[in-house]
Amino acid sequence: MTAGGRIGLVLVSHVSGIADGVRDLVGQMAPDVTVTPAGGTDDGGIGTSFDRVATALEQADAGAGAVVLYDLGSALLTTETALDLLDDEARARVRVAEAPLVEGAIAAAVEAQGGGDLAAVLAAAESAGGGVPPVEASRPGTVPGAVPGADSGADSPADSGADNRLRTSETLVNKVGLHARPAGALARALSALDADVRVGRPGDEGVNARSVLSVIALGLENGQQVEFSASGPDAQQALDTATRLTRERFGDEE
Amino acid sequence: MAPGESDTAGGMATTDDVVEAVVRYAAVVSSHRQELIDLDAAIGDADHGENMNRGMTAAVQALEADPPGSPAEALKTVATTLIRKVGGAAGPLYGTAFLRASTAVQDRETLGPDDVVTGLRAALEGLVSRGKAEVGDKTMVDAWSPAVDAAAAAAGDGVAALVAAAADAAEEGMRATTPLVARKGRASYLGERSAGHQDPGATSTALLLRVLADLASERCGSDAGTA
Ligand SMILES: Nc1ncnc2c1ncn2[C@@H]1O[C@H](COP(=O)(O)OP(=O)(O)O)[C@@H](O)[C@H]1O
Ligand SMILES: [Mg+2]
Repeated sequence: MTAGGRIGLVLVSHVSGIADGVRDLVGQMAPDVTVTPAGGTDDGGIGTSFDRVATALEQADAGAGAVVLYDLGSALLTTETALDLLDDEARARVRVAEAPLVEGAIAAAVEAQGGGDLAAVLAAAESAGGGVPPVEASRPGTVPGAVPGADSGADSPADSGADNRLRTSETLVNKVGLHARPAGALARALSALDADVRVGRPGDEGVNARSVLSVIALGLENGQQVEFSASGPDAQQALDTATRLTRERFGDEE
Repeated sequence: MAPGESDTAGGMATTDDVVEAVVRYAAVVSSHRQELIDLDAAIGDADHGENMNRGMTAAVQALEADPPGSPAEALKTVATTLIRKVGGAAGPLYGTAFLRASTAVQDRETLGPDDVVTGLRAALEGLVSRGKAEVGDKTMVDAWSPAVDAAAAAAGDGVAALVAAAADAAEEGMRATTPLVARKGRASYLGERSAGHQDPGATSTALLLRVLADLASERCGSDAGTA
């Protein structure tokens, strides 16, 4: 954890409903991150408000810094003007992300929830760029392929494959599958561990388990098999954590 | 008046002149509100006239509420008001322009020709550093940039002549935005379809410089020159 607590987020939009809505969406996945919306003009119209942005910057930065996400170009102009008028110290703790507002905010918030520093939160937001996360080889609906050279079944923990990664498979028992909230919970649970963790369909290369957007894009649903693989000092612990979370339905009721 | 004469030939702009210019520009923006809205409707979101009207009305109120002690103070009040009140891209852009102009003439009690050129140039630099637009991107920079060049070229002829030259150049730059394809601002989302329409921000800039030119020529009588 960075000194001064978590990194905060500021959401600058032309419409207060957009900024507030994205804040709500993000709050579900990153409950401990301060996400401050700055949407609309002072009188609630469409546009951006210097005062709202300036106030949001103050509120979001608890000392560790803040990352700003915005919707359209003139929101950036307002943000940069507000930054100009901050003192040097405060300004040095703020970054503006070049990222799509919704996807960038989710990725940034999950990273911030896990204790990522300013650079990490900015990078998380910006790697959510382009709107759609990298599409993985297999899409929802494809039949999970056989696992070449591996005998991993649902209950065989931590088999080591040819690439020296530990692997394990589970069935998704929670109702919504690996959607936004479970993906966030997974990323959060893994964030403190020193391991490279991937998640995907059995036999696939999988995606970075800490990249919420990539995990969501897998489209893994209830009843499907999910394979976790891990390498690094905490690999076993990471697989244990992922297995436990999956079996506990990622904290979902059903 | 012979060009190149120094002395007080070109006149000096006082704090009151700057305030008067702001008041007149607010009135001009108000009477051109619909025109600016229509221009923005064609390539943007139909709010430039409303944005500028809201901002300039508030700027006049702010100057009345807290009368400035110098041209720089007057410019700064306008800047912070526009930044706070405009709501669209024009707020931070004009706001930064006025703020830089204010800083550039910080210690001046009255503004001579060189000060006016310095202030106009600082305004343009602020605009460009904020919006990153270049000449030809179909923005207010297309009016500001030739205006600053013309003002600098005419600096030796006095304040009235240099702002008259700036206003002429701004209007020419404004008209020249019509065939351009927008590469900055909201209009850039339209791509090729932005061609064939005059840029609203370039229009509000040309109106501003024309207000300065008219005021200066009144203050200096026949000194307005050959524009
Ligand atoms: N990046 C920029 N640099 C310079 N001028 C710009 C830029 N973006 C927009 N503008 C100017 O702002 C004007 C639009 O202002 P306005 O309608 O008030 O803001 P918005 O585009 O947010 O609705 C444009 O006509 C253009 O002249
Ligand atoms: Mg507009």
